Amino acid sequence: MTYIAKPKFHHPGLKKNELGYTHRDYEGKISTLCAGCGHDSITASIIEACYELSIEPHRVAKISGIGCSSKTPDYFLGNSHGFNSVHGRMPSVLTGANLANRDLIYLGVSGDGDSASIGFGQFAHSIRRGVNMTYIVENNGVYGLTKGQFSATADRGSKSKKGVTNTDNAIDLVAIALQLGATFVARSFSGDKTQLVPLIAAAIRHKGASFIDVISPCIAFNNHAGSTKSFDYVREHNDAVNRLDVLVGRDPIAVDYAPGTVQVVEQHDGSKIALRKIEADYDPHDRLGAQTFLARHAAKGQIVTGLLFVDPDAEDLHAHLNTVETPLNTLEADTLCPGSAVLDKINASLR
Amino acid sequence: MKPTDIAAPDYFHKVVDCQWACPAHTPVPEYIRLIAQGRYSDAYMINWKSNVFPGILGRTCDRPCEPACRRGRVEETPVAICRLKRVAADFKDDIKQRLPHPVGKNGKRVAFVGGGPASLTVARDLAPLGYHCTVFDGDPEAGGMMRTQIPKFRLPNSVIDEETGYILGLGVEFKGGHRIESMKALLAEKYDAIFVGSGAPRGRELDIPGRKEAAGNIHIGIDWLSSVSFGHTDKIGKRVIVLGGGNTAMDCCRTARRLGGEDVKVIVRSGFEEMKASPWEKEDAIHEDIPILNFLVPIAFIHDNGKLTGITFQKVKAEYDAKGRRNLVPSGEPDQTFECDDVLVAVGQENAFPWIEPDCGIEFDKWHMPKVDPKTFVSTNPKVFFGGDAAFGPKNIIWAVAQGHDAALSIHKLLSGEDITERPLPEVHVSSQKMGIHEWSYDNDISIDKRFKVPHRDKVVALKDIRTEVELGYDVKLALGEAHRCLNCDVQTVFSTSLCIECDACADICPMDCITFTTNGEEDDLRHRLKAPSPHQDQDLYVSSDLKTGRVMVKDEDVCLHCGLCAERCPTGAWDMQKYFIEMTHAGSTCPTKSRSAA
Repeated sequence: MTYIAKPKFHHPGLKKNELGYTHRDYEGKISTLCAGCGHDSITASIIEACYELSIEPHRVAKISGIGCSSKTPDYFLGNSHGFNSVHGRMPSVLTGANLANRDLIYLGVSGDGDSASIGFGQFAHSIRRGVNMTYIVENNGVYGLTKGQFSATADRGSKSKKGVTNTDNAIDLVAIALQLGATFVARSFSGDKTQLVPLIAAAIRHKGASFIDVISPCIAFNNHAGSTKSFDYVREHNDAVNRLDVLVGRDPIAVDYAPGTVQVVEQHDGSKIALRKIEADYDPHDRLGAQTFLARHAAKGQIVTGLLFVDPDAEDLHAHLNTVETPLNTLEADTLCPGSAVLDKINASLR
Repeated sequence: MKPTDIAAPDYFHKVVDCQWACPAHTPVPEYIRLIAQGRYSDAYMINWKSNVFPGILGRTCDRPCEPACRRGRVEETPVAICRLKRVAADFKDDIKQRLPHPVGKNGKRVAFVGGGPASLTVARDLAPLGYHCTVFDGDPEAGGMMRTQIPKFRLPNSVIDEETGYILGLGVEFKGGHRIESMKALLAEKYDAIFVGSGAPRGRELDIPGRKEAAGNIHIGIDWLSSVSFGHTDKIGKRVIVLGGGNTAMDCCRTARRLGGEDVKVIVRSGFEEMKASPWEKEDAIHEDIPILNFLVPIAFIHDNGKLTGITFQKVKAEYDAKGRRNLVPSGEPDQTFECDDVLVAVGQENAFPWIEPDCGIEFDKWHMPKVDPKTFVSTNPKVFFGGDAAFGPKNIIWAVAQGHDAALSIHKLLSGEDITERPLPEVHVSSQKMGIHEWSYDNDISIDKRFKVPHRDKVVALKDIRTEVELGYDVKLALGEAHRCLNCDVQTVFSTSLCIECDACADICPMDCITFTTNGEEDDLRHRLKAPSPHQDQDLYVSSDLKTGRVMVKDEDVCLHCGLCAERCPTGAWDMQKYFIEMTHAGSTCPTKSRSAA
């Protein structure tokens, strides 16, 4: 753990975003995770995405559970709202917060233990309901805080640091999210920021349940030969289906892409995602196709990454429930208590 | 780009901007750390070895190190390196026991012409090796221009006495009041080598109408300063004009303020910004109520039957030609006359060697300067060496010291029967500073303090006495604060490609966005693909060999804080913080001569 605070000085030529902030303004406290932790790279990617989108830090709520991953919201967006909830309960707290105030950007940060074990049910229901959020799982396949036991996402047949082979089947959170109806599903790798940063940015701009599974090597307990979540293994088996650029308020595509290689997805808010295809026949609008593609490649030991599925016209939980648009904390008394005449009318309708 | 060769002694040396910029290559960060630890004597000795006159330079150096200081690229102002040097001199204990002890003479004799900084440096290096050094100077005491031209309110005699004393105490023979009038005669005395460190003793004239007629009140700056220094001059008229924009002009005007000048002005040809004087010397003059008027070219001294009454100036403006060269052209406004009682002319200095006869084997170039080898400082007479202002014209003390070291090495090699053109490489030490998992042997917590001001004596008191030192120097507390501003640039970031797993931790944590992992390319291309802009092309890129993914690590050395966070966040120790210490080659024990290595 580093004992000094990160120096306040920054590069004098650092670029500023539309709000006049540098990317340093989106940082939090210095990380207390192990040196080299993949989670720190995800933190850096979230910082970069928020900086690029010129997000006002006070319009973000970052919510997490318990675990190494759930500590990370302390390390980014130091001027945002934060809630470090009970183990596995991030999705419920986030759902509640979102229902109370739909105006904030919700960033759910969780890990494989938090989301695939103790909070598996919570994860499932928040996705199923279509809560408007960006749900990031920092997935290292191991319980780092308790010194290296397999987690529920560890692949069958992979080896622990002590040499024990995992005999349980792995939960693929991406497959589950697809099946449960998430409207933005992606997988990435902490060691590949050029892919991860635009994915996070696109997910933040997506209206609906966005889910990103980020493979994040645990330096201390899961970065050895025999691990399937090590830097070397992921780099060797990474099968990216596409690369993307997020374009906000600009012309959709620069002309330097070869024709037929770029697919433009326009999201609800008018922002555009330019997808540079790597797998020529991969269609990110085909949920069923994505599921089979994923299963087929998983069987070959490949880790499929990129934007796997997106429904640009998704609806969210508020639309389903027809809730009031105003955040609850700004509703006035006369709206909340419209008087006995209205009550009479409601009663009459139920007779 | 090719992988950076960090084993080349110059690579890391360049990263220590201050040390690289210093002509004598004083290990600045090393002595600043010692000051922070309260080890003033140790800090002093590091300086003494490198620049010979820490107390004098700590008050008067032209500070080439400070504009180079990395801190000046990170925030507004560099570390006050020069004044921290003075701290080491002010707070040290008695260091006499640490000085080299005179050894038995080796039977070889070296003569020195002039007892200024260049000669004294050579003598300092040679005397401990057993050479019999004889220094001749026209003035009664050693120090040269440091004693005669720098006013006492900037540099008290006690400091000069002390530091010249350390050198003369090594068994150097000083013959004061003995001006060398003939090189031929000196050569006839059969010295084994002669070093000429006679400075640039002649002030440049200003030959405009009225100069001869009003001569009684027109003084040449450096002669006048030296006359003041020896107490021959102790007053001047109430209204004084100083002509010239260099540091001598600043010394002249401030001295005039102390000798009765009430209305003292500096008038320069150029613009205020282009003046040669150091910015802090201009500041000090302005602080003493001395206005500096610019773009005025003197065209005539006005006098009333030989009694000076004023100077007439032509107004000019700066124009730049296609090549960017500046020309001063008349602005067309009417001439302006300023009244005055005395004028001090400080428009430059020149060398003069009337005492070197044409048949001494010493050749001169068309500018009447001796032909001197810029590396070995030997003249066309293989036994005669030049250094300091006498060699290449007026520069500053620190240059004289640096040249003195090189000349001493040449003399030592010559008299050891070696080839003087073979210059031994400096000795370099690089060692890890790791003390624990996240602990270093240096303070890596970056101070965000702004530069601390050096306390000055109250102006009313300071202007009363010409021998009262104006600057009081940092006290211990201020010195500690200022020392903490140093970024420890000598503690280098060292990268081991084979250990790197490309986790990005270093790139993520770096507060200055110095580190980028990307595909390799030509330098110009690479500089455009870094995480942060790279405006200073003179600052090197540190490039690794190919990593596992085929990319390379590129570090822009430009604004690295040397905070060590890259190394702290590195899981494999691919980054390490290693202290780089370079011993410049001086004559003597650090000089690995052939005979020595054979034994």
